[in-house]
Amino acid sequence: MANIMIRQGEKGLTFYLPKRDLEASIESIEFDTPEKWGGELKLDNGGSYYIDPIAKPPRLPISLRAKRLGAAED
Amino acid sequence: MTTLSREETDALIAEVLEVYPEKAKKDRAKHLASNDVTVEQSKKCITSNRKSLPGVMTIRGCAYAGSKGVVWGPIKDMIHISHGPVGCGQYSRAGRRNYYVGTTGVDTFGTMNFTSDFQEKDIVFGGDKKLAKLIEEVEQLFPLHKGISVQSECPIGLIGDDIESVSKKGSAAIGKPIVPVRCEGFRGVSQSLGHHIANDAIRDWVLDKRDGQAYESTPYDVAIIGDYNIGGDAWATRILLEEMGLRVVAQWSGDGTIAEMMNTPKVKLNLLHCYRSMNYISRHMEEKYGIPYLEYNFFGPTKIIESLRRIAAFFDDTVKEKTEAVIARYQPMMDAIIAKYKPRLQGKKVMLYVGGLRPRHVIGAYEDLGMEVIGTGYEFAHNDDYDRTIKEMGDATLLYDDVTGFELEEFVKRLKPDMVGSGIKEKYIFQKMGIPLRQMHSWDYSGPYHGYDGFAIFARDMDIALSNPTFKNLTPPWKKVAEEEVKKAA
Repeated sequence: MANIMIRQGEKGLTFYLPKRDLEASIESIEFDTPEKWGGELKLDNGGSYYIDPIAKPPRLPISLRAKRLGAAED
Repeated sequence: MTTLSREETDALIAEVLEVYPEKAKKDRAKHLASNDVTVEQSKKCITSNRKSLPGVMTIRGCAYAGSKGVVWGPIKDMIHISHGPVGCGQYSRAGRRNYYVGTTGVDTFGTMNFTSDFQEKDIVFGGDKKLAKLIEEVEQLFPLHKGISVQSECPIGLIGDDIESVSKKGSAAIGKPIVPVRCEGFRGVSQSLGHHIANDAIRDWVLDKRDGQAYESTPYDVAIIGDYNIGGDAWATRILLEEMGLRVVAQWSGDGTIAEMMNTPKVKLNLLHCYRSMNYISRHMEEKYGIPYLEYNFFGPTKIIESLRRIAAFFDDTVKEKTEAVIARYQPMMDAIIAKYKPRLQGKKVMLYVGGLRPRHVIGAYEDLGMEVIGTGYEFAHNDDYDRTIKEMGDATLLYDDVTGFELEEFVKRLKPDMVGSGIKEKYIFQKMGIPLRQMHSWDYSGPYHGYDGFAIFARDMDIALSNPTFKNLTPPWKKVAEEEVKKAA
């Protein structure tokens, strides 16, 4: 589990992992409805993370705990 | 427009790498690339933020340099204790030219060095007592200071001193904030982690201390983040922002104070210049206080105009009108400068190797003068910096990350730029090769380079360097060999 931050970028959502100073844009988010938001995040660098679905946050950026499903190759 | 095609650039990289042993070659190859403007993601072409290869010459700094030297050091009304042996603080003292207003030694302490001067017994028995005593002494000798930061040097982490507890006790005793910063030099691969640690320390120990207090705000409050006032840069920036009708509440951290930092959560917009060193705190403020941040670039008129308009777009029409007035007012001055210097500098080629934001931010300023940047690289950038750089650089130009002394020399010999922009460690090597060099870390004791006023100085400095007749009388070593061969043949 790692702390991540999701932010509204100019072109869609961006993903930030402070521990590794990793910034990437989110290509797809599994659930994107007002009641259920989150799930699997696919990043443009090839990595994917999982966040527990929550109600859509009223304001971004938001810090969340995420599970790493597949790491981007270094 | 560029001198080399992509194949030639790739061939050059391969040739320079030839001297390395197999393993080193493989490692270094990842850090060198020819720019491909079509690539969206830098990690596909260049690797960054990795440990430097042992045995090569790198010019990176350490985490302490990133924290004390860059982020904390310029905060003028605080005393920054270099906690550990004396050298780290002394040899970096006042080297960065962070200008400030104040009486040094009375209410400001920017150019002074405070250190706990560790001796053998402090390493053996721990330095906490010494730190406590130092805090007392500082309070007695410099009663007008507004706070202390304890910048750890390597031994502090190694011997496991508890600087946090000493700081808390000391802070309660003197009634001023004392911030322990765990920026031991061995942490991370470069100064970049020091920036991060310093930002986190500000977040944890400073930023929220005035939350909930009354504050007279205006809708035009902004903070300048990541401008270290090198040669007066932040002042040149501030003038423009104030002319736009904005109120600059805080300068982080050039000519800044701890009070300004505590007031920053009240601003409406954070203006982020050095993305690399202060994006951390900007991200935090965006999340916690809902303050958006905007990256801007105040090098060269083209980028300044672009940035001013982007900043103005956040505010109402009065700001937008004033911004247009500012742009219009300075335009004749810019036209005059470009008319004067562009004919002298047109077509000259520059190679850059610096850190932070400059390898990409100054490209626009050079282009305004008709010059071309044919190679650029960062000491300690991460992938997100290169993402931003790829768009700024021409196609097939050279990119180098954490370049080694050998590689940079070889690249310069082969690409033959008219000028190199780098630091003091490179300066005399290249000048002896007959290539003018401007130090782009400290603006070569000149500056400011930010803003319209700064561009005038920038243009003049580049002209001074390039038109210096000295370099006509210097023959670079590789040309000398060629000359001798011609003689022999004759």
